[in-house]
Amino acid sequence: MARPKTPLLWFLFSVGGTVAAFLIPIHLFLFGLAQPLGWIGGPSYDSLLSLIRHPLARLYLLLLISLPLFHWAHRFRYTLYDGLKLKHLTELIAVICYGSALVGSVLAAYTLWSIP
Amino acid sequence: MTRPGIESEIENPQWERKVNSGARYTLYHPKWYRRPVSVWWWLESWPYARFVLRELTSVAVGYFALITLWQVHAIRRGPEAYARVLARLRSPLFIVFDVIALGFVLFHSVTWFNLAPKAMVLRVGGKRVRDSALIGANYAAWVLISAVLAWIVVRGHF
Repeated sequence: MARPKTPLLWFLFSVGGTVAAFLIPIHLFLFGLAQPLGWIGGPSYDSLLSLIRHPLARLYLLLLISLPLFHWAHRFRYTLYDGLKLKHLTELIAVICYGSALVGSVLAAYTLWSIP
Repeated sequence: MTRPGIESEIENPQWERKVNSGARYTLYHPKWYRRPVSVWWWLESWPYARFVLRELTSVAVGYFALITLWQVHAIRRGPEAYARVLARLRSPLFIVFDVIALGFVLFHSVTWFNLAPKAMVLRVGGKRVRDSALIGANYAAWVLISAVLAWIVVRGHF
């Protein structure tokens, strides 16, 4: 893969991709299919709240949301270059991709911080 | 021996007048011709299409991040808000999205693990770890982590 690697952005992409590869399938299966379709009971609101109150759980969720967003941002930006050949919109695409990943991360951090 | 009108020829020779003034000459060779590539280049063969599908898995990954953020936000707002979001996520539209996203995310995991040996070369005790061993270790860790998470969620607590 001949990609220019600004170290930080590529590192975020890489860590995000690893988090996504290991954690997202089971999370998506449990909370996106098994729980809505009633295959598993699913935690009640109270047990869920007490579960995510723990600082480690908050950190876990922050990483689960933020890192995959940066993975998407980096990969999608280059998909737009290669797939749709939008090289002339370089700066705009980069700002929109990484910017929205940053916004999502800040939102996640704020939400997780302010859970009572 | 001179021809009539040679002074004007020297000033403004024939060949200069015929030259196309739109040509841009540089110190280096002009740009090589490249055949324009169509936007649909990736549909030409299955390896190309598989590559683009792999890159598109990032959209499913981003989708997951967003619905997780949505749920966490709802949990923070309280039980009624969370119940509303859960009901929304139960709708057929989101179930379909989730099935499609799950397919893409699994494709991401498989392609990601298969690339692990290319991303890093591990040496244990001086000998290089074989590619298949590294890939197998990744899959094993994946199964283990998924099992632990499933156990936590089904139990409802740690």
